[in-house]
Amino acid sequence: MITARLLQQLDRTGWIFLALLGIALFYVPFANLALPETSPLYVPSYMVALLGKYLCFAILALSLDLVWGYCGILSLGHGAFFALGGYAMGMYLMRQIGARGVYANPILPDFMVFLNWKELPWFWHGFDMFWFAAVMVLLVPGLLAFVFGWFAFRSRVTGVYLSIITQAMTYALLLAFFRNDMGFGGNNGLTDFKDILGFQIQAQETRVALYMLTVLALGASFLFARIIVMSAFGKVMIAIRDAENRTRFLGYRVEHYKLAVFTVSAMMAGLAGALYVPQVGIINPSEFSPSNSIEAVVWVAVGGRGTLVGAALGAFTVNGMKTIFTTGALAPYWLFVLGSIFIAVTLVLPRGIVGSLQSIAWNKHPKTGAPVAGTHRVPGPAE
Amino acid sequence: MKTADGSGKTQVTQSLLYLDGVSVSFEGFKAINNLSLAIEPGEMRAIIGPNGAGKTTMMDIVTGKTRPDTGDVLFDSGTVDLTAEDETAIAGLGIGRKFQKPTVFEQHTVSDNILLALKGKRGPFSSLFGERNRIAAETINRVLETVRLTGWRDQKAGSLSHGQKQWLEIGMLLAQDPKLLLVDEPVAGMTDSETEETATLLKDINRSHTVVVVEHDMAFVRALGVKVTCLHEGSVLAEGSIDAVSSNPRVIEVYLGR
Repeated sequence: MITARLLQQLDRTGWIFLALLGIALFYVPFANLALPETSPLYVPSYMVALLGKYLCFAILALSLDLVWGYCGILSLGHGAFFALGGYAMGMYLMRQIGARGVYANPILPDFMVFLNWKELPWFWHGFDMFWFAAVMVLLVPGLLAFVFGWFAFRSRVTGVYLSIITQAMTYALLLAFFRNDMGFGGNNGLTDFKDILGFQIQAQETRVALYMLTVLALGASFLFARIIVMSAFGKVMIAIRDAENRTRFLGYRVEHYKLAVFTVSAMMAGLAGALYVPQVGIINPSEFSPSNSIEAVVWVAVGGRGTLVGAALGAFTVNGMKTIFTTGALAPYWLFVLGSIFIAVTLVLPRGIVGSLQSIAWNKHPKTGAPVAGTHRVPGPAE
Repeated sequence: MKTADGSGKTQVTQSLLYLDGVSVSFEGFKAINNLSLAIEPGEMRAIIGPNGAGKTTMMDIVTGKTRPDTGDVLFDSGTVDLTAEDETAIAGLGIGRKFQKPTVFEQHTVSDNILLALKGKRGPFSSLFGERNRIAAETINRVLETVRLTGWRDQKAGSLSHGQKQWLEIGMLLAQDPKLLLVDEPVAGMTDSETEETATLLKDINRSHTVVVVEHDMAFVRALGVKVTCLHEGSVLAEGSIDAVSSNPRVIEVYLGR
């Protein structure tokens, strides 16, 4: 029944998005593994890895769009949930190394041996089992978001103040994870992974499988987010975004709604981080850095917040440009480019790429629930 | 929810809404000064008074936005102490409010505005999968007919005219089906014919609901033909029929002029 409801509610943009994911799911693995390198249609392995990374960022962008685009919670700390999911996965991968590490300790990861630790800290137990790590990937970011949100939303911290404390949260975690005695590998983080679920992590087949899983995860996250925003729950979220007090006087517990969506969104970000780590082969504290979270906000703004598809598209567009502008002769100019993109989008396309396309489509077909031209009220970033 | 006196034996009042000795001050300014007011079940009451008389502050107190410094605010024959509840809980008890500046969900369609307002469970889980996703179109249409917005049901609420937004907000109140409706300046910015229609609409609503209307427009208040309370400097200056109140020399002096 839910599937039927969902399929009815997918708009054209949603179908196009899913179709593209479908192509990406089958074409890229085929072109990478089956086609000869000389073929013009061949997809090189570095491209598979790059796309896999972008897909993880797209899931992170979706999770951010859910809270910011639909519920008006501008989180500048979503990178923290992403990194926590990544660390949970990294801990599993570390435990998989076993005696193959430099110090050949069957239980302790190398960095612990190096620090002269005698036994595994309590929070590392269980991570030798994949299912346990998989649960933690969702549970740890979810729990942090729940506790954080519980206090913030109950005290009615909103707007810029909320953004600032989310930023402080990720910065605090950055500093904490840098410390060696936290037990997460300090500055170097977790790396040198060998295998995942018994498959060699370096093998191209494993990398392609991880890529395909990430495509599927992005598709599932999109459908999941779409179910939420198309339900009455989603309507309440938009109501909160546009007129929080009105929603409250209508009898809705605004803080419960915010808490629910913030927690779910953090779990989605955690999933993105968990898929990211085996593909890039490392997780270290720099993933907590505030600029990562801010970049994610830029992706969503560029793609079009409150559109879901736009968030994913923004992640691809901005990161694609980042790849171009951080390699070769253009490398020193990336931050200038990023800043210019953000300013340009704010001035020229305040609704982002997808948002602007949608409003053009609306104005062409004013029958389909059209807003009269000029009545769009775009909420400012801090609202 | 607590009974006001703690025991529930003695009933303080039969009134639906009962304010006694309520005062609140903001940085030394007494916005409400020893205000006492009782609204009976089924009544419609018009509240008038000059700017700064405390009309909106009174509504803020009743709906939980502002806490009074002293005094009792009781609801439902004195069974509920409103000063102990927050906005959401008070809305759940059956007090609906229309704001002075029409506040609708501009990005939602007119029908979704009603859908969100309709009575029923309001928790996150029930709205994700529950009954609010299966509300029949007729239920919404019935409300839209009452507030004359049937033709606009699929338009975004932000594209409505000022007067239509006022009506949509009244429609949302109706959908909530509260025991008590607090309506703050429903005809501000309306044309004369819209004002007339609004008076008729409120009288219709009053057949099944208790209503408190705050309004400046004396012609409109006269058209309602109900008991009038004039506030001044945070307390009741005069109360009675519109003729009695408007001929009261104090009311003429501070509010009506000349």
